[in-house]
Amino acid sequence: MSTILSQLVAGISIGSVLLLVALGLVLIFGQMGVINMAHGEFIMAGAYTAWTVQQVIHDAGVSLLVSIPVAFIVGGLLGLLLEEVLLRHMYHRPLDTLLATWGVSLILQQAARSIFGSPNKEIRSPAWLGGNIEIMGAVIPDKRLFIFALAILAVIALSALLRFSPLGRRIRAVVLNRDLAETNGISTRKIDRTTFFLGSGLAGVAGVALTLVGSTGPTLGSNYIVDAFLVVVIGGIGQIRGAVIAAFGLGIVQAFIELGTTASVAKFAVLILVVVFLQWRPQGIFVVRTRSLA
Amino acid sequence: MSATGLTPLLSRLRPRSADAVKGVPSTASAVIGIAAFAVALLVLAPLLLTQFEITRLGKFVCFAIVAVGIGIAWGRGGMLSLGQGIFFGLGAYTMAMHMKLADASLDGGDGVPDFMKLYGDGTVPWWWEPLRSEAFTIAAIVLLPALVAFILGFAVFTRRVKGAYFAILSQALVAAFVVLIIGSQATTGGFNGISNFRTWFGFVLADPANKRMLYFIAAGTLLVMLLIAFLLMRSRYGELLVATRDAEERVRFLGYNPALTKTAAFVVAAAMAGIAGALFVPLVGIISPQDIGVVPSIGFLIGVAVGGRSSLFGPALGAIAISWAESSLSSSFPDIWTYFQGLLLVLVVALLPGGLASLPALLRRRRRHPSTASELEVTAA
Repeated sequence: MSTILSQLVAGISIGSVLLLVALGLVLIFGQMGVINMAHGEFIMAGAYTAWTVQQVIHDAGVSLLVSIPVAFIVGGLLGLLLEEVLLRHMYHRPLDTLLATWGVSLILQQAARSIFGSPNKEIRSPAWLGGNIEIMGAVIPDKRLFIFALAILAVIALSALLRFSPLGRRIRAVVLNRDLAETNGISTRKIDRTTFFLGSGLAGVAGVALTLVGSTGPTLGSNYIVDAFLVVVIGGIGQIRGAVIAAFGLGIVQAFIELGTTASVAKFAVLILVVVFLQWRPQGIFVVRTRSLA
Repeated sequence: MSATGLTPLLSRLRPRSADAVKGVPSTASAVIGIAAFAVALLVLAPLLLTQFEITRLGKFVCFAIVAVGIGIAWGRGGMLSLGQGIFFGLGAYTMAMHMKLADASLDGGDGVPDFMKLYGDGTVPWWWEPLRSEAFTIAAIVLLPALVAFILGFAVFTRRVKGAYFAILSQALVAAFVVLIIGSQATTGGFNGISNFRTWFGFVLADPANKRMLYFIAAGTLLVMLLIAFLLMRSRYGELLVATRDAEERVRFLGYNPALTKTAAFVVAAAMAGIAGALFVPLVGIISPQDIGVVPSIGFLIGVAVGGRSSLFGPALGAIAISWAESSLSSSFPDIWTYFQGLLLVLVVALLPGGLASLPALLRRRRRHPSTASELEVTAA
């Protein structure tokens, strides 16, 4: 019983990281069909923001809380820059954006190496996240709980924004039918820019969270990007609820397969399962019904 | 695949009739191009380059063979695979295991490769055993990647998974493949890969003459692959492939099976990558997960994009040029090289999607219609 519970906790903990990392991608991929390979580097930028903030504010607890909004803005601005300079010219060629943004990610990684140096940066975590809590025999580190809370908070905030605000209504309209939205007087350019800012900002926040559980280096983001895309694909395009299910599902499945085998075999099995799943539901868990043929 | 599905596919391998598909060179220019490749690789390079440079060029030729395959699958078929490393790796590891097994049996050895004794329990797993046979190895180098590509491609394309989804899927698969290799160190060499080969089908690798022979084999293979690519592009099948790329639904409504068309191109690309991997191992002397993972898999695409994905010679030329530039620049200026590589990819993909191969046609059009060109610029501004 306690092993099952502890694997469940481990799975949810993997899942929350995945969710946080993939949330911004879901938004961007859903609306614009853009595969942003540089998303991982926005995460990395968020992590380095946390480090930079800590150089100024020495108290680990305060710096963590300050760096979350700062990283959101840093990530968002990077995304805005990418959208404005490069991607808006390529919306009709989604596969090419993939390659172009991979080029951008190479540049950003190298830039991180040039600015911060190749060795990993050490980021102190606050003392109040140093402990554990125990639920029915399963030990949960406070850091993991914090990431879980942050992921859930991000999901709730984003869902509320999409559902209740005028901006969210416009974003949904553009996702469902871009031409019709434009005809109704919505500036899709403005919405695209805003969505990119929001999605990339979320990547920055994810970066701050990742500094709690891993080391911060130039390749931080690329370690997560493959999994993040899988979450998007499994969840269904532009589906936040799909992403939540996909992220926690992937995490929990991986944690339970790990129980029987090694971590690498579990990872392999999960990836193969994803391929099989896509055979069954090529469009992901939830599908936006449109009348487009392709 | 039923016989009824296969026969029309084969019948489409006839050359197409009069109308030219965009991007297919005329027979004359294809022959001249391949001849130019032959002169450059088989005559000029051995005359002008040192032994070290020849071996290095051999490595680039291997990448060029992968690129020719990608040109067919991506350039002509529109399937962007971020996972060509799987097929390159299957070919390479098959070759590497055969060489290791053969080396271990030399001089009255016990037939167990050194790394298996180091990491494992000193026994060869049963599924490596068939690779002791030379004929089986050569067959597996081509057929294993082709089979994997067929199963994957047919399953995925039948379900109409395409575009970005296919790209992400292939990337996930190559990530999984690498994770599996690293995880099973006792049977694959793990993170360190497989190296320290002594012989290749009985030829001692330390002998420079044999290294030279390997280079000639690789260069000859590239020429054959270019010829195959040209014949495919020119055939009715090649025409159908381009049609599927540009309007898959329309092709389906016309009664063709786009899944089969795409799978065939994907299989050809996979087989070429497998052959390239098998030639890479004896030339370079090592195969490890770092050569086949997510990053090198995208790396295969850079040269293709720069050279011109849908042209016949663009992918191979691009791959050789990019890997040459990388190996000469990255050692002396590693930072600048990465910036350059990233910037080049961004600029080419954004501004010149047809790659450098499309440049002459673009300039010609501009010269012929200077007025429209300047008008377009005004509109764009």
